[in-house]
Amino acid sequence: MSFFSSLLNAMPGAVAQGLIWGIMAIGVYITFRVLDVADLTVDGTLAACGATAVMLIRAGVNHVLALLIAFAVGLLCGLITGLLHTRCGIPAILSGILTQLALYSINLRIMGSKANQALSVDKYKLTLSQRFVRELSLKNPLPLLLLITVIVIAVLYWFFGTEKGSSIRATGANSAMARAQGIDTRGNIVLGLMLSNGLVAFAGALLAQYQGSADVNMGRGAIVIGLAAVIIGEVIFGKVFVNFALKLLAVSIGAIVYYLVLQIVLQMGLNTNDLKLLTAATVALFLAIPYWKSKIRPRAKAAKEGGASC
Amino acid sequence: MLKIEHLSKTFNAGTVNEKKALSDLNLHLKEGEFLTVIGGNGAGKSTLLNAVAGTFPVDGGRILIGGKDVTNLPEHKRAAFIGRVFQDPMMGTAPSMQIDENLALAARRGERRGLKWGISREEKERFHERLKELGLGLEDRMSTKVGLLSGGQRQALTLLMAALKRPELLLLDEHTAALDPATAAKVLDISDRIVTENGLTCMMITHNMKDAITHGNRLIMMNEGRIILDIAGEEKQKLTKRELLDRFAALSGTQEETDAVLLS
Repeated sequence: MSFFSSLLNAMPGAVAQGLIWGIMAIGVYITFRVLDVADLTVDGTLAACGATAVMLIRAGVNHVLALLIAFAVGLLCGLITGLLHTRCGIPAILSGILTQLALYSINLRIMGSKANQALSVDKYKLTLSQRFVRELSLKNPLPLLLLITVIVIAVLYWFFGTEKGSSIRATGANSAMARAQGIDTRGNIVLGLMLSNGLVAFAGALLAQYQGSADVNMGRGAIVIGLAAVIIGEVIFGKVFVNFALKLLAVSIGAIVYYLVLQIVLQMGLNTNDLKLLTAATVALFLAIPYWKSKIRPRAKAAKEGGASC
Repeated sequence: MLKIEHLSKTFNAGTVNEKKALSDLNLHLKEGEFLTVIGGNGAGKSTLLNAVAGTFPVDGGRILIGGKDVTNLPEHKRAAFIGRVFQDPMMGTAPSMQIDENLALAARRGERRGLKWGISREEKERFHERLKELGLGLEDRMSTKVGLLSGGQRQALTLLMAALKRPELLLLDEHTAALDPATAAKVLDISDRIVTENGLTCMMITHNMKDAITHGNRLIMMNEGRIILDIAGEEKQKLTKRELLDRFAALSGTQEETDAVLLS
């Protein structure tokens, strides 16, 4: 009985974390699924922009402004990876790794050479906090997080439906075709990476406020959690969610499911240290399944590739 | 319309794989000319088309389209003047996007893409009409993902996309080579219609000699990065496959081998 009561107790927190990481995962979706680029910058972006928000608020900056500045810093992180990739000819994965590594040092600079910085909700006015996640009041972060998620999805749905957004989708779907249709694919890749990292940064700033601290390691493995959310969303809703907005919603739900499952396995006695191993193994498995399927039934693969999602 | 002066391109220069793909090539296409390009494997046909499209920088020479020097213009900017259809039916369209979305992308070739909605209602009606003209029934499947279409349907759609915004120059790079004979004939038919209806200037590579003779109003033959034969007007109309083979053999010297390449 205590197992269920403590599990139930942990649910609101898991949902809140899922919603925050869902915003990050939507950023990952933009690069991984729309642009067809695996961008490893995000680990660094999440941590650096979480730290940015914390330090700004500690310095007396308004918490909403801090979120916006963190978003802008995220755009900058994406810009650097984008330029390394498109203007210096470095493969996308390596460009992301380089920026991520550089961000580790920058992150320490931002945090004044400390590995973590606290941000108490008692001392500062924050956008949201873990403290109130089980409270039935206006301070509860869940309604706000839901609202933010809906706004993010709506804005992205609009953007990717515009001329510019469509050209970014075309860039990811077939870059040769895009160039033949006069689309600046290099510029679009940079723009997509910026947008993605901006969202990751925003999520990082929310997360730091939510947990009341920024840590130099808080972004470690973020890309894998993002991919896990994308994949869980696709596994559950892949067949029914065809519309772009619904696909983004599936990513967010994927992140929530990830954190709910996480809570359950932790309650069942999984060692926290083994968490990343478990996540990596799960993501590897789900990435491998489509490939294995294609090896067994080539025809089924051809049909599926044709209708590939985006 | 298209003026190519002293164009040269060498791939892998300075290595054992050095390949002189274009050497001091000159070509002048007049407005409304429909040129077919033939030649053996490695003659430089595709390199010529890709050089015009701007896929890679050339080593020397100039390319002018409609009097504008485009030699140093990047591929996507040059696309404002050029419509293209590739050999691989997968290459000309975005498979994960709908038919109407692909057409909307093509309708904005050469224009600034802003934050207006990507496709308008009027456009959808226009696309419906244009698709109907293809006679493939695609007009009733406008929201189908292009990835679900057959190779022939995709090539027909790519042709339509290439001509949707009237290009100054249409480049067809063996665009029927990957299709079965019946589909190839149909796509060639559509190509002819689109070129004549819009009065387009066009370059078409083919390795089918019959197609090269029956389509277009001018024919060039390439060998080792040069144009070795250039036939237009009445002379082209009277041309036979036998005659073309004989002239190719005489010009390039190595009969058996090249016959095999050309007829393949």
